[in-house]
Amino acid sequence: MSRVSLNLCLLGVMGGAVLLAIGNLMMPEGSAYHVPTYAVSLAGKYLCYAMLAVAVDLVWGFAGILSLGHAAFFALGGYAMGMYLMRQIGTRGVYGNAILPDFMVFLNYKELPWYWHGFDNPAFAILMVVVIPGVLALIFGWLAFRSRVSGVYLSIITQALTYALLLAFFRNDMGLGGNNGLTDFKDMFGIPLQADSTRCGLLVASAIFLALALLVARYVVTSRFGKVLIAVRDTESRTRFLGYRPEAYKLFVFVLSAVMAGIGGALYVPQIGIINPGEFSPANSIESVIWVAVGGRGTLVGAVLGAVLVNFGKTIFTGVLPELWLFALGALFILVTLLLPGGILGLLNRQARRAKPAKAAEAAP
Amino acid sequence: MKLLRCLLVLLALAPFAARAQDDPFAGMGGSFDETKHAIEALAVSGNTQAEPAIVALQDGKLFIAPDKSLWIKTESGAINARTGEKAEAPGGLKPVKKNNAVREAANAALGSLTLFSADPAIRKKAAEAVFRSRDPAALPALGRALDKETDAGVRAIMEQARAAALLSAPDTADADRIAAIGVLRARGDLEASSLLSSINGGSPEVVKSAADAVASIARVQQLWTLAQGVFYGLSLGSVLLLAAAGLAITFGVMGVINMAHGEMVMLGAYTTFVVQQALQTYAPSLMGAGLLFAIPAAFIVSGTAGIAIERLLIRFLYGRPLETLLATWGLSLMLQQAVRTVFGASNRDVTTPAWMSGATMWGGLTITYNRLYIIIFAALVLAALMAALRFTSLGLQMRAVTQNRRMAAAMGIRTPWIDALTFGLGSGVAGMAGVALSQIDNVSPNLGQGYIIDSFMVVVFGGVGNLWGTLVSALTLGIANKFIEPLAGAVLAKILVLVLLILFIQRKPRGLFPLKGRAVEA
Repeated sequence: MSRVSLNLCLLGVMGGAVLLAIGNLMMPEGSAYHVPTYAVSLAGKYLCYAMLAVAVDLVWGFAGILSLGHAAFFALGGYAMGMYLMRQIGTRGVYGNAILPDFMVFLNYKELPWYWHGFDNPAFAILMVVVIPGVLALIFGWLAFRSRVSGVYLSIITQALTYALLLAFFRNDMGLGGNNGLTDFKDMFGIPLQADSTRCGLLVASAIFLALALLVARYVVTSRFGKVLIAVRDTESRTRFLGYRPEAYKLFVFVLSAVMAGIGGALYVPQIGIINPGEFSPANSIESVIWVAVGGRGTLVGAVLGAVLVNFGKTIFTGVLPELWLFALGALFILVTLLLPGGILGLLNRQARRAKPAKAAEAAP
Repeated sequence: MKLLRCLLVLLALAPFAARAQDDPFAGMGGSFDETKHAIEALAVSGNTQAEPAIVALQDGKLFIAPDKSLWIKTESGAINARTGEKAEAPGGLKPVKKNNAVREAANAALGSLTLFSADPAIRKKAAEAVFRSRDPAALPALGRALDKETDAGVRAIMEQARAAALLSAPDTADADRIAAIGVLRARGDLEASSLLSSINGGSPEVVKSAADAVASIARVQQLWTLAQGVFYGLSLGSVLLLAAAGLAITFGVMGVINMAHGEMVMLGAYTTFVVQQALQTYAPSLMGAGLLFAIPAAFIVSGTAGIAIERLLIRFLYGRPLETLLATWGLSLMLQQAVRTVFGASNRDVTTPAWMSGATMWGGLTITYNRLYIIIFAALVLAALMAALRFTSLGLQMRAVTQNRRMAAAMGIRTPWIDALTFGLGSGVAGMAGVALSQIDNVSPNLGQGYIIDSFMVVVFGGVGNLWGTLVSALTLGIANKFIEPLAGAVLAKILVLVLLILFIQRKPRGLFPLKGRAVEA
């Protein structure tokens, strides 16, 4: 991963987001440069997915932990944000209950469950967006890495984790909306969510957070800590014999990645307008892995590229040929693993490298 | 000689006995009230002519002559209702009049009269009816029926019916009540329990004895519930075993993470559907045996698919488990979509043959046949798989290749071919599992998705590369699930089991029965 390509990527993300926002807000309707609001939300969604992809790349690409449950952290962050947005509805819900969200009135709740308290406070909600996925990752990672569960075993139990959460969140007794999830949001920090300016603001915010995530991830992986991490990825036992504690390194990066995914989820929910247990489905987590694989594992930039490209493809495909989308996605999984192990960036780098020795050979007499 | 004298005495006494009982027909044809009493007297008299007379009364064919003799009119002539003999009826016959009270009495009387039927099944049914109605009015009839009863099974039910009737009669002595409670306690089912707990009042001993009996029944019921739980657990366990057995080969023995394993199961289920459709069209008489044809068909279809997958995809990815996982996941998406395109997204109807539907009671256990057959099938599949690995030359070669690939190759075993066949075997077993699952689950493109995580958990929990471990782990997980279910609900039970499994894998990452020795590092 080169510094140049990451800077280019930051520029592209920020510039793209700002341009879209300008296109939506400044250009008059009917102008060729006008960007419709749905496109703004769509772009925002891609950027949130890109954050999830960066999170996956951080653990998979640099620590060798293939998590098949990362969408769980994304969804947990989303739920924390969703709970805050639910509380913001206040008396504007269908039942007009000032205390209880609509679904609770519908399910005959008498009072607010204890874990809902505090979510009317935005600062608390934002704290929870970070804390809930982080703590879950801390507990899970501590248990898993301490007992040296690794490789496919870890993948399978992370998948079981998100599956268990999926089942749990589908329950009405969970007090989080059951299979309908949380929806019908009105506003955020006092600003109406449906307004174009809010949508653009969220898009730019997503771009900023994605850029921050990329910078943090780059800082981590290029630091001394990151070097050890890569050593752990490549030969864990040798690193341990050298006196490092691989589990500590893995745990730190796993929690950091979970927090990133949680923030991505929190930005995703207000733009999509709903969060439901379907986000926990193991298929979502595996899809996020393929974004990274398509872009190029262990490159960070590739994760962003892969997430945006694959999701753009999904939008096009599901619109035009919905029945072919799964064929295309399945084929993508197979072709990338068989033919393109380095992803798109790997391909580009290889060509760049091929070009360089050629020049060097010319230069040498 | 003694016997003869005895008989003579009896014969001499017989008219007295009849006289002592009075004429049960007396009053029939008088006022409504008299008729009603006569019916009730008849019902408990044990008189063989009672039933035809009451039936005739109901049908309006019972007539009374001026001399109070009763006649039943039939198409072939009149019958004396008291004797049952054909005779010339006197003139001036009038029908016996009925009102609702009389009709009701007649119905009730016929109910207890069936206690005397010649068919034990009818007697048993009648006794059960009395048990449920707890009608004290049936007591005299029951008493007489008991005297005559020779069938032990029917007798027991009659005793229980009498106990129930005694308990609801207001004037039963305490000793009789306690004896009755004893009889019901021995019956030991929920009906007895609810009857016993409805006892209120009476002497303290009666109340205490009833309470004891309820508690005892509750204990017995608890045992049956436990047994039922074990059966359900075994049933779920056998389903898990079927789904995981193939994976125990591909993942456990070969170490290939096949995320499309669930789709092999799904292919097996669809093969069942296709086989049944074909039979329906070409040989409807064989429909009952459709599943027997489907089992080898599913093995071949899924096995062939497995070999193709190994040759075209997985062999390029050996030694890269994470990539294998992703590629086979992609494959599973494509297979699902392919099946959805061919067969449609909705569920397909797979018929359950007659010999697999229904249930039988075994004590307090309800055993459904399809569950029972699936348990047996799972056991057979596992046994066949073990035998194949242990006793066939292919099995020997498979074990050789997994233990030491290079040495096996040096001995002349074509390792790539063995890899393909092993993968085909695992997939074929998954296909056979699909035949069984088509009987209890919806045959839809998503069928396999529901089992993939569970199957992996079973294999990992049991210890990779160990079929016995897979068996123990499938049964343990099945039973654990079914025992947590009543406490926490089905979904929560599943979540709890998953969480427990995750914690367990942290403690013992190599499962219940880990492989030891060099093979571990390979």
